[in-house]
Amino acid sequence: MAYFVQQLINGLTLGSIYGLIAIGYTMVYGIIGMINFAHGDIYMIGAFVSLITLLGLTAVGISGVPIALALTLVSAMLFTGAYGWAVERLAYRPLRRSFRLAPLISAIGMSIFLENYVQLLQGAQVKALQPIVRGGFTLMRSGGFTVEVSWLQVVILVLTVALMTVFSLFIAGTPLGRAQRACEQDMVMASLLGIDVDRTISTTFIIGAALAAVAGLMVTLYYGVIDFFIGFLAGIKAFTAAVLGGIGSLPGAMLGGLLIGLIEAFWSGYFSVEYKDVSVFVILVLVLIFRPTGLLGKPDVEKV
Amino acid sequence: MAEAALPPPRRVHWQSLLKEAALAAGVALVLAVPLVGFETINVNAVLGLRTRFGWVAIGVAGVFAGRILLGAARSLMPERRYGAPRLLLGRRHTTLAATAAIIFALALPFLPFSSRYLVDLATTVLIYVMLGWGLNVVVGLAGLLDLGYVAFYAVGAYSFALFAQWFDLSFWEALPLAGLLAASFGIALGFPVLRLRGDYLAIVTLGFGEIVRLVLLNWVPVTNGPNGISNIPRPSFFGMPLTPHAPHGITTFSAFFHVPFNPGQRIGFLYYVVLALALVTNVFTLRLRRLPIGRAWEALREDEIACRALGINPTTIKLSAFAIGAMLGGFAGAFFATRQGFISPESFTFIESATILAIVVLGGSGSQLGVVLAAIVLVTLPEFGRGLAQYRMLLFGAAMIGIMIWRPRGLMARREPSLRLHPPRRGGG
Amino acid sequence: MSGALLEVEHLSMRFGGLVAVDDLSFTARDREITAIIGPNGAGKTTVFNCLTGFYRPGIGRLSLHRGERRFLLERMDGFRIARDAGVARTFQNIRLFAGMTVLENLVVAQHQKLMRASLWSVGGLLGLPLYRRAEAEAMERARHWLDRVGLVERADEAAESLPYGAQRRLEIARALCTDPVLLCLDEPAAGLNPRESAELNELLLSVRAELGIGVLLIEHDMTVVMGISDHIIVLDYGRKIAEGKPDAVRRDPAVIKAYLGEEESEALPPEIARDLEHRS
Repeated sequence: MAYFVQQLINGLTLGSIYGLIAIGYTMVYGIIGMINFAHGDIYMIGAFVSLITLLGLTAVGISGVPIALALTLVSAMLFTGAYGWAVERLAYRPLRRSFRLAPLISAIGMSIFLENYVQLLQGAQVKALQPIVRGGFTLMRSGGFTVEVSWLQVVILVLTVALMTVFSLFIAGTPLGRAQRACEQDMVMASLLGIDVDRTISTTFIIGAALAAVAGLMVTLYYGVIDFFIGFLAGIKAFTAAVLGGIGSLPGAMLGGLLIGLIEAFWSGYFSVEYKDVSVFVILVLVLIFRPTGLLGKPDVEKV
Repeated sequence: MAEAALPPPRRVHWQSLLKEAALAAGVALVLAVPLVGFETINVNAVLGLRTRFGWVAIGVAGVFAGRILLGAARSLMPERRYGAPRLLLGRRHTTLAATAAIIFALALPFLPFSSRYLVDLATTVLIYVMLGWGLNVVVGLAGLLDLGYVAFYAVGAYSFALFAQWFDLSFWEALPLAGLLAASFGIALGFPVLRLRGDYLAIVTLGFGEIVRLVLLNWVPVTNGPNGISNIPRPSFFGMPLTPHAPHGITTFSAFFHVPFNPGQRIGFLYYVVLALALVTNVFTLRLRRLPIGRAWEALREDEIACRALGINPTTIKLSAFAIGAMLGGFAGAFFATRQGFISPESFTFIESATILAIVVLGGSGSQLGVVLAAIVLVTLPEFGRGLAQYRMLLFGAAMIGIMIWRPRGLMARREPSLRLHPPRRGGG
Repeated sequence: MSGALLEVEHLSMRFGGLVAVDDLSFTARDREITAIIGPNGAGKTTVFNCLTGFYRPGIGRLSLHRGERRFLLERMDGFRIARDAGVARTFQNIRLFAGMTVLENLVVAQHQKLMRASLWSVGGLLGLPLYRRAEAEAMERARHWLDRVGLVERADEAAESLPYGAQRRLEIARALCTDPVLLCLDEPAAGLNPRESAELNELLLSVRAELGIGVLLIEHDMTVVMGISDHIIVLDYGRKIAEGKPDAVRRDPAVIKAYLGEEESEALPPEIARDLEHRS
């Protein structure tokens, strides 16, 4: 029983990370109908920016946990948001009127570019960070197994909930959020009504990137080890999460993320660690084939 | 009736251009500060930071200058005509170039500047050319974006390696089987993705490719996992091995032709084997394109709904594209295995799929010669200096983005019709 | 004497809560041109989509008679309807193979025959005479139709480079290359100028005469509809409100009301009244 609870907590933590990345995928797909293949690498950049900021803050003597984390959070979201903006501007906007597969091919090119960009600038080796948020508490004991919850896990879960709340309020309440929903429904009509579609799309990318940056920060703290290639696998898993939850649906992205995190945690906890990645790919393939609209998504009819 | 006004004289609008360049430079600054400005280095097994603000300055200045150049060039160049971009090579020149290339390829090992190293390099190029032509059937002709093509390459390689291990098959015996097995995998992949469009199809194929790789990596009893399979037999020349010695009763190549054994012979032979395979692939795909199946692939790419309305079954068309593309990839894989003598799952990552896709996209989907050019650039770029080797994939990624924006049909592509009613116009076409 | 080619019985199609077609029944006869008209949103293209397998109707029977055989279209896959039943269609928004040439568009339409002749590519790869003959025949057929629609000179040009009217003609020629028994045209005259519409009329009349096939046509352009139809069905809000020969339909008050609205139907403006008279 306790073992189950431990996997549950681990799974939820992992799932929060995936969920934050998945939101970026689902928002971009919702508004311009393309899969931002480079989004996983934006998350990777977020992780690197977080790492560098933390190292920099330590170097200048700011190492108190709350303030260092807060500053890193802001730094990661800002810089990664800028990257998200630049990627859209450079690789996708010029292709808006091009043929169907052009943005996807461009996105793949951008993904390759970003991975190698970071590899060249920061080196191909794995980067390890000393744990910053330490300690935790014991939740329960049962059957000889102790369920440990680390403060970091608490921080991750709380931060995710907070961000989701702010974000949902933003989408529902502010003019920018409304503009985004309008563009998702009918871009031409939205522009005719005076909405600046370009700016709305840019904002979507920036927000998606900022959330991915938070995920990057969390991963840097949680696993303590990052490298330039983490974006690939995490990106696929997060995309699977977005599809599972229903592409285009924000609560779906988070739900999908949690589910994927839980599946991964339980799979490695109860079956085998080696094939855990295969399990996620298989889920991806199965969902796209049998229920492409996911759990919470809306079906999409093609007009003849 | 008023006279047509002259177009406004072309000039550079300096003020707005400077503003745009400043903005671009500003963004570049923001982007560069964290990742360029700081470098993580290992100091006694602990991470530290080092600053590189000089690089930031260079980068920002470069972006600023580049933006100005780009803007100025755009203002000064004439309006681009709407319509098909100008061909890099006319049709007649293409045939000439192709013939020249084949003659060059046949003669390569015997040319004065040739060396074992060069022939080896050319062999690698030809493997990628085969893969590019194979993927071209799926992506270029049928318009199905397959991001997991490496799976078929892997199936071809591993099936030959395993058949050699279990049933003692030689390369030539296993080659058709490898192709057949790869084709079945192609159909197995094709079935589930029949109803998927563009983006989703791409991701599922990517998933498939990764599943294959992960299974190869983890299914140790069969595939030997990360350690791979070694001692893969080399092809023989009509039953004569190209080795210094042979088991009793078998004549070696060098013995038969009364020449002293030389390791270069095997390298040369492998080169001609892959050249032959590549030429067969080429003729095969060119012919298919002119047959109803090839036209159906292209029609499917253009408009699947119109295909259905004409009585064409999209299912069989898609499956045949996957199967044939996969088969060709399988042949390439079998050759790769025999050339290396050793294979492991490391050679079959997503990066390989992306690379092959890059070759097809950059060369121009549909263009045979374009694929050859792109493969040559890809393989030889690292040879022009160690520095360039590191930048190879970076440049390829950037090139993929650039091609989509400026020449979406690739460097060489203009579609050559598979049928003509009237004889072609004289000149470059 | 023409027999029933297509029998539509109690066709109904709904999308969620919206009823697009409501209990529609009609017959399109062989060797006749049947037109379906009605205001926008009346469900006309939905009927086509049901007939050609793009939608599966909730209720209804669609029987196509081809020689001795009868095909139940509501149960068939789209491509089978075209291939086996012989129903060809064109689309409201023109769906050509844009990157392929005019000629290739027409040859693709003859895919089935050519595939068989090429022995599923094996014979084609070996260059067997059976295939080469079939290909030559296919090109001849294509040339014949290109000639009829006036596109022979442009045979080797990309379909997307053709002007709009030529693209429409190409799409019709392509549908005819499939050797259909029923030709369904979705707004073939849309965007055509009067001269082009007159040419379209000539083409359709000659197709009916020479090939003896049935033509089912959705149209808004009354010069085309009134000029060539043998039989007209009028839809409004998914229901059939009138049916009959052009003269009868033209004067039907229900039809006038559907097109012009309640108040207007009471007192037609003189120009329109005169115009309607001219069309007899």
